[in-house]
Amino acid sequence: MQFTIERSTLLRSLTHVQGVVERRTTIPILSNVLLQANGGKFGLTATDMDLAIIEGVAADVSQDGSTTVPAHTLYDIVRKLPEGSQVEVGAGGEQGQLEIRSGRSKLSLTTLPSEDFPVMSDGDLPHSFTVPARVLRRLIDRTRFAMSTEETRYYLNGLYFHAADSDGVEVLRIVATDGHRLARVEVPIPDGAAGMPGVIVPRKAVGEIYKLIEEVEDDIEIALSETKIRFAFGDAVLTSKLIDGTFPDYDRVIPFGNDKTLEVKRTEFVKAVDLVSTISTEKSRAIKLALEDGNLVLTATSPEAGSAREELDVDYNDDPLEIGFNSKYLLDITQQIEGDDAKFVLSDGASPTLVQDMGDTSALYVLMPMRV
Amino acid sequence: MPALCRICLTETPHPPDVCDGCGGETIVGHAELNDLSTAHIDCDSFYASVEKRDNPELADKPVLVGGRNRGVVMAACYVARQYGVHSAMPMFKALKACPEAVVIRPDMKKYGVVGMAVREMMRNVTPLVEPISIDEAFLDLSGTERLHGASPAKTLARLAADIRAEHGITVTVGLSHNKFLAKLASGLNKPHGFTVIGKQETVSFLAEQPVSSIWGVGKVFQKRLERDGITQIGQLQGYDETELARRFGEMGSRLARLSHGRDNRRVVPGSGRKSLSSETTFSEDITDVVKLKRVLWRQTEKVSAGLKRENIGGRTVTLKLKNARFAIRTRSRTLLHPTQLADVIFATAAPLLEKEADGTAYRLLGVGLSVLEPADHCDPIDLADPDAQRRKQVETAVDDLRARFGRGAIGKGRILKG
Repeated sequence: MQFTIERSTLLRSLTHVQGVVERRTTIPILSNVLLQANGGKFGLTATDMDLAIIEGVAADVSQDGSTTVPAHTLYDIVRKLPEGSQVEVGAGGEQGQLEIRSGRSKLSLTTLPSEDFPVMSDGDLPHSFTVPARVLRRLIDRTRFAMSTEETRYYLNGLYFHAADSDGVEVLRIVATDGHRLARVEVPIPDGAAGMPGVIVPRKAVGEIYKLIEEVEDDIEIALSETKIRFAFGDAVLTSKLIDGTFPDYDRVIPFGNDKTLEVKRTEFVKAVDLVSTISTEKSRAIKLALEDGNLVLTATSPEAGSAREELDVDYNDDPLEIGFNSKYLLDITQQIEGDDAKFVLSDGASPTLVQDMGDTSALYVLMPMRV
Repeated sequence: MPALCRICLTETPHPPDVCDGCGGETIVGHAELNDLSTAHIDCDSFYASVEKRDNPELADKPVLVGGRNRGVVMAACYVARQYGVHSAMPMFKALKACPEAVVIRPDMKKYGVVGMAVREMMRNVTPLVEPISIDEAFLDLSGTERLHGASPAKTLARLAADIRAEHGITVTVGLSHNKFLAKLASGLNKPHGFTVIGKQETVSFLAEQPVSSIWGVGKVFQKRLERDGITQIGQLQGYDETELARRFGEMGSRLARLSHGRDNRRVVPGSGRKSLSSETTFSEDITDVVKLKRVLWRQTEKVSAGLKRENIGGRTVTLKLKNARFAIRTRSRTLLHPTQLADVIFATAAPLLEKEADGTAYRLLGVGLSVLEPADHCDPIDLADPDAQRRKQVETAVDDLRARFGRGAIGKGRILKG
């Protein structure tokens, strides 16, 4: 195998794939990235057995072949090479090492045979549809923060993709919850997604696909079965196993019956929450909202740090109400709202609150209050 | 040297041999008697004392409270202790040492009621009561002189006498200038003691004590010190703090401070409870997971009832198992929110039990909750578990029925034998 590639191209691809490779693994070859040069094309593959990314990039291939080398080491080397340089990569020399040359630098890496590299089979993926990268990014942006990290309820450690009926309109809906907050976003259902099963895409796959499409404007092809999902665009393919579990019946916890409405100017509200929360204790991050006749008072106190208070003019005409929230959760949600105004629909200080963008009903959030 | 009779509370400027007031030999005299205000109060062999109080025939007999066959001694009265019996001893050993002992099954509810009443009497004396267990607490009486028109020592003597008069049990008081020394003092002269350690003699007194009397020095650490030839606190007093810290880390600094009687922990009022648990030793070892789970459910219901009674909940569920060879296994899991529901505790503990039910024969099973929080923090709405609120309502309804019609009125199907 022999090829020449631009350092920046190689680095970008390695950035994409190295996140998949676990730093600690008991199977040595899983620390490696598979390099394949074939008929003028060059590709990298990384996997942790649950998730695999294959990315093809432009390179000047002079000799076909394949090998595997430690992913993080290769990434570190390429990162440290001078910007704008060309990298010559060659394998098949003595003791099967991979040689990397750039300018006057020369490094050799130990390899493992490419035949031993595990291949993740896609199997049959009967449902497929496309979503523009920009749309997929927005869907992930507005839901990923609510994913849980709780080990015992593993079925919450991802995004729930499913087809749903939203007031008579078929939609592709994505939901995440950790028990404290819930995010639900939807888009008109893409062609081919109507009959799809509900699937839970694991947190790691969510993070990696997001990284992969960060600077992409293509359409992303999504294909899935009940056990696997594949995201593909251009020369890149990400395949992931799905979480084998049942996502909770979230509709029942969305408090559509709440009767008190608060409308705030979003940026002003975010600033106020951010300021007041500086004082709230590191552990609870609690802040209190007191509502009365067009007036919102945000307060936080901490035995160590002191106290904070901020007042905002808001649209609120219901009975006075005091409610506490985790300020970080409140910011996570309000920062995802793009419109100028955010709407809170409340019941009382102990019940879930509904949060929405005034100008966009495609996303809704539910937030549990906390005691203050 | 001021003195005080702790029976009739007569004060004298010098300690007489017998009290001028009542003729009793119950004089406490100490140069700093009126200057010290940190106390440790310990009820004397509490469970056994309560039982003796309720059955005067037992007064002079050795009494043991605990499970009869395979249990341990939870409390031994002072008559029984003369036979070498002590609490935490396996019951069969205790009965070998003292065959004529009267064994009484523990009635935790009754002890709880008396313990809480005694605690309430302490709180009437000072708000700064830090309970350590049901029968033991630290009290800080500084600043109460004007309120009670008496020195802390006199207030404590009166409290001890009142507890005896009202509840028929005796307590031992340790009075000093910090918690460490107050606790040491109460341990010196039991039962029905009143011991004072002043600032003046702190260092010389400690010098004579074994290292094991330092709070935090257990058997293992004691051995380690012994290897270095250190058995008495006096030997520790010879080292400076840097040297001990270098040798024993954080524990070293503590040794340096405590060996000179320096302890600046404050008396922090609270419920004193760190955990709530229930365990049972089976009459025959159990291997079968279904049977074990049935026991687990009963223990879970007891713990849940205890939590509800005290208006608290816990975040960490711990399962405890003891196998036929007395080896203890504990497994715990921490929840997202504190709970007081039997349903949640069981759902958390049962999978832990299933993993351990690997054919091992167990003799004991217990379940406990720790990391306690007030009830209103418990079991909030969980957005990821829509059925949780309904299960909570069911359990509350069952609790209500039981409160009205008795414990046996209603139960879960899982208690029935298949």
